[in-house]
Amino acid sequence: MRGNDVLQGTFVVDFDFTEEQRLLRDSVERLVADHYSFEKRRGHLAEPAGWSAEMWARYAELGLLGLPFAEEHGGFGGGPIDVMLVMEAFGRALVLEPYLATVVLAGTALRLAGNAAQQAALVPQIAAGTLRLAFAHGERQARYDLSDVLTTATPKAGGWLLDGAKSVVAHGDGADMLIVSARTAGERNDRGGISLFLVDANANGIARRAYAMRDGMRAAEIALSGVELGADALLGEAGGGFAVVERVVEAGIAATAAEAVGAMEAMQALTLEYLKTRQQFGRPIGDNQALQHRATEMFVALEQGRSLALLAAMMVEEPDAEERARNLATVKVGVGQAARFVSQNAVQLHGGIGMTEEYAVGHYFRRVMVIEHTFGDTAHHLSRLAREVA
Amino acid sequence: MDLRFTPDELKFRDEVRGFIRDHLPEDIGERMRQGRPTEKPDLVRWQRILNKQGWAAYSWPREWGGPGWSAVQRMIFLEEIQTAPAPEVNPFNITMLGPVLIQFGSDAQKSRFLPRAANLDDWWCQGFSEPGAGSDLAALKTAARREGEDYIVNGQKIWTSTAHEADWCFCLVRTDPHAAKKQQGISFLLIDMQTPGITIRPIISIDGTHHLNEVFFDDVRVPVAMRIHDENKGWDVAKFLLGNERSGIARIGKSKERINFAKREAHEMRADGRPLIEDPEFRRRIAQLETDLKSLEITQLRVLSAQKAGESKQDPLTAVLKLKGTELLQATTELAMDVGGPLAMPDWADELEALSNEPEVGPVWATEATRSYLFLRAASIYGGTNEIMKNIVSKAVLGL
Repeated sequence: MRGNDVLQGTFVVDFDFTEEQRLLRDSVERLVADHYSFEKRRGHLAEPAGWSAEMWARYAELGLLGLPFAEEHGGFGGGPIDVMLVMEAFGRALVLEPYLATVVLAGTALRLAGNAAQQAALVPQIAAGTLRLAFAHGERQARYDLSDVLTTATPKAGGWLLDGAKSVVAHGDGADMLIVSARTAGERNDRGGISLFLVDANANGIARRAYAMRDGMRAAEIALSGVELGADALLGEAGGGFAVVERVVEAGIAATAAEAVGAMEAMQALTLEYLKTRQQFGRPIGDNQALQHRATEMFVALEQGRSLALLAAMMVEEPDAEERARNLATVKVGVGQAARFVSQNAVQLHGGIGMTEEYAVGHYFRRVMVIEHTFGDTAHHLSRLAREVA
Repeated sequence: MDLRFTPDELKFRDEVRGFIRDHLPEDIGERMRQGRPTEKPDLVRWQRILNKQGWAAYSWPREWGGPGWSAVQRMIFLEEIQTAPAPEVNPFNITMLGPVLIQFGSDAQKSRFLPRAANLDDWWCQGFSEPGAGSDLAALKTAARREGEDYIVNGQKIWTSTAHEADWCFCLVRTDPHAAKKQQGISFLLIDMQTPGITIRPIISIDGTHHLNEVFFDDVRVPVAMRIHDENKGWDVAKFLLGNERSGIARIGKSKERINFAKREAHEMRADGRPLIEDPEFRRRIAQLETDLKSLEITQLRVLSAQKAGESKQDPLTAVLKLKGTELLQATTELAMDVGGPLAMPDWADELEALSNEPEVGPVWATEATRSYLFLRAASIYGGTNEIMKNIVSKAVLGL
């Protein structure tokens, strides 16, 4: 399946994957099967960084880190469907490494706004696994409003001076480089006047407070005080960053939709296995019709969610901005609701064991919970769609 | 459409849309826009217009008078008909009996019945359910005893839609009461509704209309030549019929039509001093339904895609189409009713039929939206209840 074909109108119902896509999917699945069992994941989580450098190197080796970047800049020229396949497999395994932050979020900003020199300098390092990025956009007061930016970048001789604070920056703690949004003009909620900057994460004036999210993934609060940037730090046009931020968030929605589908698949599989093996009253609990029907409703939710993850992959490069935005908001709502239904029922159908830290299902539960509250939650996107009802 | 069609498919959609616009009789179109039920004469008139164009038997191959369309074209056609809105072709003739005849019928049966079914010269009904055989269809008892070149049929069918308007009935009957398994003793018969010994009794449904019936068979003589497929092989035919053309079961176009209907009327209907369409809660409800519908639309495309790739085994996703499709159809008819508010509650449709001179009790669309809501409570019951569907999925798909 080639996402771009949809845009060019050459197929409508061809959901078959290409040979290359199948190979990609198989190799990623093999990789996580070999190195990302729930037990091994526990080991990765216990690393000081909260994820595995060894796994990061394997992703580089497999070509996953350079996947969506253009070949001319040292990437592999993959598309949204390829990213979808990777994220779905990562969702099934609850992968902890900063793939979303580096390749999907910062990567999209770099691809869409970076000039040739910036891409040529950074993409090979990203692809090789030697450079990790984070997308530092959200601020504490902003909730899900993407234009609510107070951080400022003031022009100075030969560059810029950065001041402000960024909040809940996914994998911002361990990143080598940050893509920071800041106001170069305009007022708090103006869409215009937001600019993006490439910032060395270890520069003077940057203070990072690292922590773990509820799902074990790493994040950071980042304070920026008088951070000095050169003129070449500007990513894209001065004042024109908002459109890029929207595209980054859309790419994030599409990628995490696929990841949530992977997580839902895993929860569904664990639950079915449990229903078949757990005995009470002398028979498997899955003999009970109430539980059978619930499991069927989980299956329906999962498949409806999968349909939307496919829609997301096909729409994320759609040139018509309004249509793209509307479809991705639809995806965020539908996948969020599906994931909530599947995860809550997965815990419920497991009973007590589903509540424990030592069992996998609760970890999936928390991953989809965090996903739902990233890039705008269900209520946020439903309100947005409601406002646009014609 | 948000998912792009190929240029050919777009051309096809425009062709269908244009044809409906140019050929749907104005009076029928107006009744449909108001949400009035389709009466038999209207449907006969419209289906014959479609048949003249070669489209009435939209799911049949060319050889038997159909257009030989792809699954995608069939989906587009159905959706255009449903959203226009125009009457849908008689499902008993086109989606149920037609494919059965094409698959299992003798040449004589095919040439006698197929053209007449397509043109609605014969109106068919389905004699499957019985008082003791609903979800457990194979428990049916209506007996057909062989006597020379005839079967003698005795028993009772129930929930027989449009039996009172039908010329023929395709029936499941028990031809071997001693078969080891109850599924093994069943045959599939075509019964002329004019045959002596048939009595039809109306069942008025909660929407106030006469759509359903009980049908009694008292020594009804049916020629053996009217049996489809072998004796005692009727269950195979029934399974084929019930599993055929499952992708149409989502009825996405119909749900879209109900949403469009609700939106249109919500511009006129006022709530708290302003148009209902401006109410944030109402808009949120629509946004939610459109989200669920979009997802189902993609699910339907996945089913079509798998069909196109030639995967012949029963696709578990058709269960999603049935379960989600009926839930959404019911939720959208509920939405359309709620737009009418108190004016949706008066039941004065009979006066419409009688062309009464009394002033109208609220808008016609409002009382009809309620009728449609009541009528479609059956959507999660007919063709197998959603609960039975969940039983099937949990065993066949989930392995529970």
